[in-house]
Amino acid sequence: MVGTGSLVRLILQRDRLRLAVWVILLVAVPLGTTSAFIELYPDAASREQLAATVSSSPSLVAVLGPLYDSSIGGLVTWRVGVIAAFLIGLMAVLTVIRHTREEEETGRRELLGATVIGRHAPLAAALIVAIGAGVLIGLILTGGFIGMGLPSAGSLAFGLGLAGVTATFAGLGAVSAQLTEASSSAKSIGVAGLGIAYLLRIAGDVGESSGALWVSWLSPIGWFSQLRPFAGEQWWVPALWGGLTLMLVGGAFAVSSRRDVGAGAFPPRPGPAEAGPGLRSASGLGWRLQRGALLGWGLGLGVLGMVYGGAADSIGDMLEGSPQLAQIFEQMGGEQGLTDTYFSFVVGVIALLAAAYAIRAVLRLRVEEENLRAEPVLATATPRSRWAWSHLVYGLAGPVLILALAGVLGGLTYGLISDDVTGQVPRVLAAAMVQLPAVWILTGIAMALYGLAPRHVGLSWGALIACLVLGQLGQILQFPQWTLNLSPFTHVPNFPAQEIEMVPMVLLLLVAIALTGAGLIGFRRRDIG
Amino acid sequence: MSNAISISGLVKNFGHVRALDGLDLAVATGEIHGFLGPNGAGKTTTIRVLLGLIRHDAGSVALLDGDPWTQATELHRRLAYVPGDVMLWPNLSGGEVIDLLGRLRGGLDTSKKDKLLERFDLDPTKKGRTYSKGNRQKVALVAALASNVELLILDEPTAGLDPLMEAEFRACMEEDRSNGRTVFLASHILAEVEALCDRVSIVRKGKIVESGTLAELRHLTRTTISAEVTSNPGSVVGFNGVHDVRVHDHKVDFEVDSDRLDEVVRSLAPLGVRSLVSHPPTLEELFLRHYQDDVDLGSSETET
Ligand SMILES: Nc1ncnc2c1ncn2[C@@H]1O[C@H](COP(=O)(O)OP(=O)(O)OP(=O)(O)O)[C@@H](O)[C@H]1O
Ligand SMILES: [Mg+2]
Repeated sequence: MVGTGSLVRLILQRDRLRLAVWVILLVAVPLGTTSAFIELYPDAASREQLAATVSSSPSLVAVLGPLYDSSIGGLVTWRVGVIAAFLIGLMAVLTVIRHTREEEETGRRELLGATVIGRHAPLAAALIVAIGAGVLIGLILTGGFIGMGLPSAGSLAFGLGLAGVTATFAGLGAVSAQLTEASSSAKSIGVAGLGIAYLLRIAGDVGESSGALWVSWLSPIGWFSQLRPFAGEQWWVPALWGGLTLMLVGGAFAVSSRRDVGAGAFPPRPGPAEAGPGLRSASGLGWRLQRGALLGWGLGLGVLGMVYGGAADSIGDMLEGSPQLAQIFEQMGGEQGLTDTYFSFVVGVIALLAAAYAIRAVLRLRVEEENLRAEPVLATATPRSRWAWSHLVYGLAGPVLILALAGVLGGLTYGLISDDVTGQVPRVLAAAMVQLPAVWILTGIAMALYGLAPRHVGLSWGALIACLVLGQLGQILQFPQWTLNLSPFTHVPNFPAQEIEMVPMVLLLLVAIALTGAGLIGFRRRDIG
Repeated sequence: MSNAISISGLVKNFGHVRALDGLDLAVATGEIHGFLGPNGAGKTTTIRVLLGLIRHDAGSVALLDGDPWTQATELHRRLAYVPGDVMLWPNLSGGEVIDLLGRLRGGLDTSKKDKLLERFDLDPTKKGRTYSKGNRQKVALVAALASNVELLILDEPTAGLDPLMEAEFRACMEEDRSNGRTVFLASHILAEVEALCDRVSIVRKGKIVESGTLAELRHLTRTTISAEVTSNPGSVVGFNGVHDVRVHDHKVDFEVDSDRLDEVVRSLAPLGVRSLVSHPPTLEELFLRHYQDDVDLGSSETET
């Protein structure tokens, strides 16, 4: 462990901006929501009405989380708790892998290995930074909630819960980092784990009334809701995170002490001695490098679409017994109106994730370039534009496939439940597809940055985070309309809740084409490397 | 076509760093041309300009009679490149990389590839990181050498190879020479350059400081002479082109500019030469003179 301290400082120095963005995002969203809720729901009656709507709507529980108390704290926990837990888990996984496996993969770790640094120090340092960030966020939130007048027990539970989620997913990141040689596969494993935790929690929370809540207990994200901040805290729940974290971290250190630097836990299998017929062009290479991610994201978002579709309300049943509820739903546009609103919200979430895939796919160009693997290809008869397209195509066509799959599966599950397959599949599919122009704007931003300002391609992720904050939270946080208009997702029609309007779609498309074109032209003119 | 590569007045800036500062270079078709220079001198940068990977700021560059920036694609069919830092895709086997790069270039000679795999003792079924540095280098070398292109551009291709493999590489180069292939070889290994290269260019701080055959380069430097004479050797100090004179009784050691050797030996004769030992500069001396910053480069040239 010698040298852990100096490595921690090194990580903090390298990541100060990145970590600051995470901390600000994860602190600002819950606190902003709290202040908005205090204003929006000043009296108990209005809060109870909201709580009643939410509790009776499996779809709201599915996308956001279960609601256990109608106090401000309870509402905030429902509205942003699970999202925050998911995002903080993502931060933990990515941060740990970034400073362990990625360092090994690029060979920087070996440079450090030669200095006075214990073999476990890099892993320990990455864990300290990631968990430290989670604890810091938890502390600020606890203080902030208390400062805004929320009960201290709930405030503490909220903060503690996020810190627990961070620790567990930092542990998962640490284990993933040990398993594979490529940091991209390690990230996929970690993020897949996070996705599974999220899906388990949906299944459990939505099925709570039919006794399926135990499924939520399988998920470290589900534990966050079950800690019940502001709703009769169950103080023993954090022990679950603690125990799982210890197991994961212990496992990671055990594997790490047995394997070589740079190697994975499983020795890679030998490959073919000759290239197959598919590997004869830049596009063949692109497919080889992109297919795994496309498959993973396609499957993941397909399953998410299915789960969301399955959680869409069969509200009719509940309405029969409760005239008051029926009235509330009427105000919100009736059953069909509510489902439509739900689907347009859900496809918005899936579209953001599809945009994350698209950015990743385009930035593979930068990964190849930085790792000096672009040069040998560009020194062959492959024109630059063809090489760029061999990855860019995944950023453009990938979201089409992913959104189509999620839309069809979502429509299919909902159609099966509501006995209307032929009606729902095209509706939900169309709802997903109209998001494409907005997704392509992010593809275009990534490509433009890659072609024109390759050192700043990371800003693409900033753009995505901005869309997330503006689109998912902008309205609760009461941002002014012009800021909301900055997000392309604001301009795609909320089909099926609203009609499809062609003009904004065409405009978005033109902007996306302009950005992508600018990136391609810039790339053809600039220096490689 | 007489020159495979001709560069004149090449300038390349990276922000404030001037990596190439008016570089002139000519590589004749069919020759093996050594490209030497200290770290950071601009060798890799020159190669990257030649490959059209980076733009140059001034000067003219012709590669195989074409423009490396605008005609990159066509020109790249006719050349193969081995980068200094070979990085492989973690999920592709070495064999796949060799075939892929060959196909991207427009085809490779399978029988030649098989022979090279054997000669370099390379297992093509391993994947990315499981190759050692030397073996990664071999993957790139096999991929380049197995092609039937007219020009090879090699950036320190033997860095990381063991002596056995280096010998194998030299043998391959000899074969290429007899096949009339042009080779542009950036290297730090003097023995390799001495054994292989027809002509050598030395680059320092982005400029060519010396270019020619090894014999010509030797000629430009100093020969060391030790002599024993019957009379007082003090007058040697006054000879033209003589440096570092050390007199000890009747013995004298000094260095002489190689192009003045004849003149100096004539002047030495009247002193009554009893014994005379002369040795030409070793290659190391030759290069060290150009590599070291503190040597005043101008002196030998201005004197002549
Ligand atoms: N992409 C770049 N950005 C900024 N500076 C660069 C870049 N590439 C090269 N340089 C600078 O240009 C100069 C020449 O570098 P180059 O890589 O051509 O040297 P070299 O002769 O190949 O050295 P070596 O023997 O170490 O390989 C160096 O000062 C280097 O720092
Ligand atoms: Mg170099």
